[in-house]
Amino acid sequence: MDLSTAGFINYLISLGIMSGIYAVLCLGLNLQWGFAGLFNAGIAGFYAIGAYTAAILTTPESPNYLGGFGLPIIVAWPVAMLISGAVAWAIGRICVRLQGDYLAMATIGIAEVIRLLIKNEEWLTAGTRGIPNISRPFETLPSPWNNLAFMGLVMALVLVIYWAVERAWGSPWGRALRAIRDSDVAAAAIGKDVAQFRVEAFVLGAMVMGLGGALSAHYFKFLGTSATEPMMATFLVWVMLIIGGSGNNRGAILGAALIWVIWSATELLTNRLPGEWITRTSYIRVLLIGILLQVVLQRFAKGLVPERPPRMIDDKPESR
Amino acid sequence: MTALSDFINLYLLPGLVVGCIYALGAIGISLLFGILRFAHFAHGDMMTLGAYLAIIFTANFGWSPYAALPVAVIGTAGAALALDRAFYKPFRRSAGIVTVIASFGVMLMLRSTIQLIFGVDVQTYDIGIRFPMEFGLLKIAPRQVTIVLVTAALVVALHLFLSRTRLGKAMRAVSDDPDLARVSGINVEQVIRWTWIIGAGLAAAGGVFIGIQTKVHPSMGWDLLLPLFAAAVLGGIGRPYGAVAGGLAIGLCQELATYPWFSAEPFIAPGYKPAVAFSAMVIMLIWRPTGLFRGRVF
Repeated sequence: MDLSTAGFINYLISLGIMSGIYAVLCLGLNLQWGFAGLFNAGIAGFYAIGAYTAAILTTPESPNYLGGFGLPIIVAWPVAMLISGAVAWAIGRICVRLQGDYLAMATIGIAEVIRLLIKNEEWLTAGTRGIPNISRPFETLPSPWNNLAFMGLVMALVLVIYWAVERAWGSPWGRALRAIRDSDVAAAAIGKDVAQFRVEAFVLGAMVMGLGGALSAHYFKFLGTSATEPMMATFLVWVMLIIGGSGNNRGAILGAALIWVIWSATELLTNRLPGEWITRTSYIRVLLIGILLQVVLQRFAKGLVPERPPRMIDDKPESR
Repeated sequence: MTALSDFINLYLLPGLVVGCIYALGAIGISLLFGILRFAHFAHGDMMTLGAYLAIIFTANFGWSPYAALPVAVIGTAGAALALDRAFYKPFRRSAGIVTVIASFGVMLMLRSTIQLIFGVDVQTYDIGIRFPMEFGLLKIAPRQVTIVLVTAALVVALHLFLSRTRLGKAMRAVSDDPDLARVSGINVEQVIRWTWIIGAGLAAAGGVFIGIQTKVHPSMGWDLLLPLFAAAVLGGIGRPYGAVAGGLAIGLCQELATYPWFSAEPFIAPGYKPAVAFSAMVIMLIWRPTGLFRGRVF
């Protein structure tokens, strides 16, 4: 295998890994927005909590930040999800009564406060210096098997989450969430505890986002404050879900893969341009993503894979 | 006495200036939310756009930023009308939340276009070093006086427009009840156009003031968003005077919160200033969502 083929294979694998990580984030957002209609504009906050928790728990001791727990990933990732979920619960209890635009404002604020904490509390997060030497699962295997195995792990997690949220979509819990999303007054009138359902969807979505953050921390092996930038962690995920089709879990995964491939393919193109243009044309990509979002919003409002209501109970063969 | 003059020079006056800038942005957010029923997330980037339009004239033609200000205001208002026609008008009849997502897209497009054309470096208007005027221990920079006076003049002009002109009254009517306004023969689309012109124009003025006061950066619109929303919510949605009061309150709170009130250390570390705005906003949304000036809740 010559060098360029190996490079190409590694590139494809990295596409797969990043698409998988974004699919996790999209599925988390779909739980909140697609299922429950909760407008979370602070994905970056929960993503960062997951990433920093996993990084702090697994790295060796360092004088720069709170570290030295050296826990295995199998412990750290669930803890990362739990802490994301706990923060979401505390916030959700206060903010979940806010609707639509107001929740968007509040969640943007939450993400910004989390960003400030990560930037300023250097004893905890090493601030702008960042956390290096984060271990990646399977990294001791020879190339490309190490990356391939990590991609397999990410894909497996996407499948597990997909299976779980698909079950949730058809379950009484998912149906109640859809009812609340479409009319909270009607749902409350038939006795659903609207606030409780909303908090549950918010917390579960944030836990999935936390897992996405943990995955990316271990993939990049370095974690700095740039991980909390809203562009990559909040807006790209929103664009993915809207284009893929909110309310549809397959749409969420498709949107993540499609937009990530477009995002990276345009990077390949712009990198061929002369030096001074590279930095500037990288912004053309953001512009293109913005235009793509507008086109989809106006022409395909339901996304590429539109939402399908869960099967009617009566359709089940055994109930006939 | 030095303690008091430091308090005024380093905390109170900067807070007032920042508050004026927030007020200019928050008026637009409040009016647009009241009339179009959506939170305009690209409003911070409207301020960035105004600041950069002024840079074209200060950097290339050596204009003073004050001379470039009216051009920036007109240019940003024009851009806002075009953006409304292309990206917001198609959603007039759909749920407000779709328009919010569209405003996310506009935000990305505006910021990336500015980065593409002007680059990502911090820029300043080349106004040279002006020494502050000294009144005893008080030091007041001329630009601080100008910003506060121009903001006050703009707010008075806005007040006269809203209370004395037919269009201004129509605007308040649409904000109170769009359907009732429509059936009573008010041209709602015209009102919407003027809302964009006023909102974006004032935002552009605020953006130019940021450049005069400190520096201009392509991502400054994002950093402004939280205090702007906080100011609009604090004042009450759809209440332009409330937005002015909210802007001043948020600006003063952010600066005064860093004053060493109880010990030698700042009460709140300067790095956490935006958290002050956020806390004010959440407390208001939970405790009194209509804001101080009895605004609307959608």
